Amino acid sequence: MQGSIATTTTISEDTIHAHESTGHAEHPDLRVFGLIVFLISEGMLFFGLFAAYLTFRSVATSWPPEGTPELELLLPGINTIILVSSSFVIHQADSAIKENKVKAAQLWFLATFIMGAIFIAGQIYEYQHLEFGLTTNLFASTFYVLTGFHGLHVIIGLTLIASVLVRSLKAGHYSSTSHFGIEAASIYWHFVDIVWIILFLLLYIL
Amino acid sequence: MTQTLTPTQSSTAGAEPQKTPWWEFFTFSVDHKVIGIQYLVTSFMFYLIGGALASAVRVELATPDSDLVDPAFYNSLFTMHGTVMIFLWIVPAVTGGFGNYLVPLMIGARDMAFPKLNAIAFWLTIPAGLLLMGSFFVGPASTGWTAYPPLSILTDEHVGQAIWILSILLVGTSSILAAVNFIVTIWSMRMKGMDLFSMPLFCWAMMATSVLALLATPVLAGAMVLLGFDLLIGTNFFNPTGGGDPVVYQHLFWFYSHPAVYVMILPVFGIISEVIPPHSRKPIFGYKAIAYSSMMICALGLFVWAHHMFTSGTPDWLRVFFMVATLLVAVPTGIKVFSWVATLWGGKLRLDSPLLFAMGFISTFLIGGLSGVMLGSAPVDIHVHDTYFVVAHFHYVLFGGSVFGIYAGLYHWFPKMTGRMLNEFWGKIHFVLTFIGMHLTFGPMHILGLQGMPRRVAQYDPQFAPINVICTIGALILAFSTVPFVINAVYSWFKGEQAPDNPWNALTLEWTTSSPPIPHNWVGDPVLATGPYDYGEEYKEDRQEAIAVS
Repeated sequence: MQGSIATTTTISEDTIHAHESTGHAEHPDLRVFGLIVFLISEGMLFFGLFAAYLTFRSVATSWPPEGTPELELLLPGINTIILVSSSFVIHQADSAIKENKVKAAQLWFLATFIMGAIFIAGQIYEYQHLEFGLTTNLFASTFYVLTGFHGLHVIIGLTLIASVLVRSLKAGHYSSTSHFGIEAASIYWHFVDIVWIILFLLLYIL
Repeated sequence: MTQTLTPTQSSTAGAEPQKTPWWEFFTFSVDHKVIGIQYLVTSFMFYLIGGALASAVRVELATPDSDLVDPAFYNSLFTMHGTVMIFLWIVPAVTGGFGNYLVPLMIGARDMAFPKLNAIAFWLTIPAGLLLMGSFFVGPASTGWTAYPPLSILTDEHVGQAIWILSILLVGTSSILAAVNFIVTIWSMRMKGMDLFSMPLFCWAMMATSVLALLATPVLAGAMVLLGFDLLIGTNFFNPTGGGDPVVYQHLFWFYSHPAVYVMILPVFGIISEVIPPHSRKPIFGYKAIAYSSMMICALGLFVWAHHMFTSGTPDWLRVFFMVATLLVAVPTGIKVFSWVATLWGGKLRLDSPLLFAMGFISTFLIGGLSGVMLGSAPVDIHVHDTYFVVAHFHYVLFGGSVFGIYAGLYHWFPKMTGRMLNEFWGKIHFVLTFIGMHLTFGPMHILGLQGMPRRVAQYDPQFAPINVICTIGALILAFSTVPFVINAVYSWFKGEQAPDNPWNALTLEWTTSSPPIPHNWVGDPVLATGPYDYGEEYKEDRQEAIAVS
């Protein structure tokens, strides 16, 4: 532990993960467990926002407030189909890497990235063509906050996917024995997808 | 479990102990012990700041007139006092401080599951604290630590309120990251042979705390974001004139902030469960009952938030539900208190400072718990809502509970953390001053509240003046009581008597390593020789027979 900040940092995590073998008998990857626990808290963030949305809605006399333009269903519908199917695509990447098919995994990842990017592009297009702004009324505010928060999470997911892809292409990371990055990006992407399905039902369908 | 090694024997014997150098405490260290001490020292400094703010509040209230500070600044004083004490003192001290320091040592792990994440969590609290302190120069938030809208979105102190929101978001992120770390560590990194029911009760408490923080904090973050939008961008989530609903904020806020009360007290319950057995030389009474009651408090704690909103237009049927759920929390809490008293009963009490503070905790927290039962009943709560009775109640719980518990823990683990003993004489002086000051400050507030003095006012009816003078005298004693502790702690850290590895002859794993523990905690692998509370020979033999039979 003697040394500069940098050396302390490098020693520890590696030593810790090496030391785990002396600890509990069989060790699932702690990082996957940690990610899932973290996603529970992310889920609670959306739960709080959904609960607020539902309360606003149940208290309001008319919802959406009178004069709010109708939401178009076509574009978000297509977007939903793209995002939901991208979850299956990224699952293929996860399965491929576990069978050590690195090239296939990279391709599936690239496909997921493109689909996610289309989703974001679609959302931006939708925002530009909506006839209400963030402060128009309570419905508009909740609409932008909920979809915006979700969009932010899609962008984080895209960043994860991109970094995994770059690491895999440039440095040859990830194989059937070491694939945490791919697994993490995949789990995160599924989470983003589930949140979107609930969001879509709440905002557009109900 | 068949090892005959006694825990007093250090498993570092024969190896050159490699100590943590002092400057490590000022770096981005990833060692859980360093981070734990960083948390404790930083949060204690915020305790002193929060205490200074509280003293200013109390001095202002010594007279019925608003003569020391102007009323607007008075609002900032109690707002910042509450915010600092909750978000920068108690929560970081009990979870980040004690949790980080003790959990890996108690479960025989080398470090937390994610050491870098741990460091990030700590270093998020520093900018949060600096921002909050810095906001004093631009007009600090003045809407109470609850920041209820529409007041908080229509306040004149826009910048201060925005900074307040930002620093709450920072400490919130920190506490979510810490919670993830604790859950994974306690669940997955226990040493061989330690199952859930042979780990120390502090770890159970930290588990329950982390689950609460994990589930509740994100909801607060959501509320803060919406509040920030209202304040800065002009949305109307919580502004009734724009169609919003301020009660929604109250629901979101209390969905976090009620569980936060348990985040502040559950680890302290754990500390008390660790301090009492070694100092009374008896096994803890009702291990499983205490462990389960932590989880029960965790579960119930998530369903009681609206008891803060009995007067917010909550419908009757909902009030009944939240009243019943709130009163049910008394059951697991009572289980704990009775277990501690039963542990003390007939024990060979060693009345050192840790046990004094622990017993001070039990008696004071009991009073806070009982006034909590009163406030949990909707009819009483409606009567005394927003009076000093509420102030008295939560200070009995948070000062008499959390702070006494933190002191008990500090005195108990100081030798382990620093390798030096604290001076016992000054420890006792500190205890007596704190105990007297605490009851003198907050005890009379019960009467003030029942007589109807509202909280959060700088000026009040002169009929309340005599009792307020008593409270102010108590507060000054309380402020002064930290002096012997700070001097004692600083002096002992450098010049104190050398501490043995196990000064209290305790049986939990952290005492089997050197004082202070070396980086990565043990030279060899730690050995689980006994259960954490197998005090007393007769019990030990019974237990070994039981193990042999099974």
